[in-house]
Amino acid sequence: MDYVIEIENLKKTFEDKEILKGINLHLPREENLAVCGKSGIGKTVLIKCMVGLMQPDSGKINVLGKDMMNPSLKDLEFIRRKIGFVFQGSALYDSMSVRENLSFTLKRSTFSGSKTAIAERVEEVLESVGLVDAIDKMPAELSGGMKKRVGLARTLIKSPEIILYDEPTTGLDPATSMEINEMILDVRKSNKVTSVIITHDMNCVRMTSDRMLIIHDGLIYTEGTFEQLKSSDDPWISSFFNKKEE
Amino acid sequence: MNEVSKFRHTYNWLPESVVDLFIEVGELTRFTGRFFKELFRPPFEFNEFLYQSYIVGAKSLGLIGLTGFILGLVMTLQSRPVLIEFGAEAWLPGMVSVSIVTEIGPVITALICAGKIASQFGAVLGSMRVTEQIDAMEVSGVNPINYLVVTRVLATTLMVPLLVLYADAIALAGSYMAVNIHGNISATLFIFDVFDVLHFSDFLPAVVKTVFFGFMIGIIGCYKGYFAGYGTEGVGKAANTAVVSASLAVFLIDLIAVQVTHIIY
Repeated sequence: MDYVIEIENLKKTFEDKEILKGINLHLPREENLAVCGKSGIGKTVLIKCMVGLMQPDSGKINVLGKDMMNPSLKDLEFIRRKIGFVFQGSALYDSMSVRENLSFTLKRSTFSGSKTAIAERVEEVLESVGLVDAIDKMPAELSGGMKKRVGLARTLIKSPEIILYDEPTTGLDPATSMEINEMILDVRKSNKVTSVIITHDMNCVRMTSDRMLIIHDGLIYTEGTFEQLKSSDDPWISSFFNKKEE
Repeated sequence: MNEVSKFRHTYNWLPESVVDLFIEVGELTRFTGRFFKELFRPPFEFNEFLYQSYIVGAKSLGLIGLTGFILGLVMTLQSRPVLIEFGAEAWLPGMVSVSIVTEIGPVITALICAGKIASQFGAVLGSMRVTEQIDAMEVSGVNPINYLVVTRVLATTLMVPLLVLYADAIALAGSYMAVNIHGNISATLFIFDVFDVLHFSDFLPAVVKTVFFGFMIGIIGCYKGYFAGYGTEGVGKAANTAVVSASLAVFLIDLIAVQVTHIIY
């Protein structure tokens, strides 16, 4: 099978606390994988290791055929052109307008278009997330949902092969969460991307993922489809679901 | 175990504050190495460099000018009675100009810049770190050191010497005004007295050391912000320690510059 991300026995320690104790993960192309678990269990650490924002202590990470344990600058640049990261707090550049937030990356990427082509691409991507009217607004003027959508647009502008979503629906009202979930599905359909979705939101898992896994105590506790795990007899998994669905 | 943990473990017999200081200096040196590595690597963010130069230079003119003027005025007024006592009032413009150009002007201007600019860099980069904007930049394939750090450090390295020259000139104008409060001296004679005493060997080391002042203010401000801790407390601490460390660095460089100047001349 064509795996875009392969992780074997990944370990990561902070100070004296071992957060990831041996994660194994294989992600096929165009699959949406939801990663769940309690807060502080290391879900964000896991995806930050995938993109080279954090360096694991040991194990193996292979992303799009590149070794991410000790990546060369060239490999890191390659990976970061191919991977998009939607941050929990959106992480929009607050001194720039929405237009500048999107064109900032494009102007410095391998995109070989003129200023007009960049402007057109920015409008096209903003239109795909339904925010073309907010093009000249500053991030401070946007609502939480709008920020998430701009964050997604900023990721989509470089046409990534993989998108890592860090809590895409956290802090949003149910209607906006639904919009974001639909957008994640649209993105997969239109751009044929592979996604890793870190979330606590079981509706998000149900709607967007093909497969989910739950991390517990630094290891993958279980994995399967949403329906398989929901019907599990394991009291810990059941309580997790019930708790999250309340 | 990472390098810092290994270092801590190896030197656990030293007081913790000493180990922290070594680690801090080591990390700052490594960060400076990254700055030089990225300095010559394209893309060159010329527009951002110009913008940062504007923020550091043009936006500081008012504060530096006012401080310089008061400095020249006060120094002259305070020195005058002593010089009169020794019958050396005619030396007043020369003495004040040497003090201002060689020492007081550069150090006071650098300290003001440490307070104003290093704290700003610490706070801005710190809040960008806390809100994951630096991570976002990195993930999107833009080199944050190149865009955020190189431009800022180059701006302070270029602008602080220019601000010092500006402060010196304004301080001498203040001195001229102070001299004329009690006496009557023409501008031509004042300038002649100033440059009669002031030599190139006084002027050059003073300008050269301000380049180092500017560099250290920029690099320390950026370093503290770039590696800020989490939360609002982390940002506050980054801004605060940036000022303290940059001010200390100014005094250390000044001390070294004085020794080197004495050796050379």
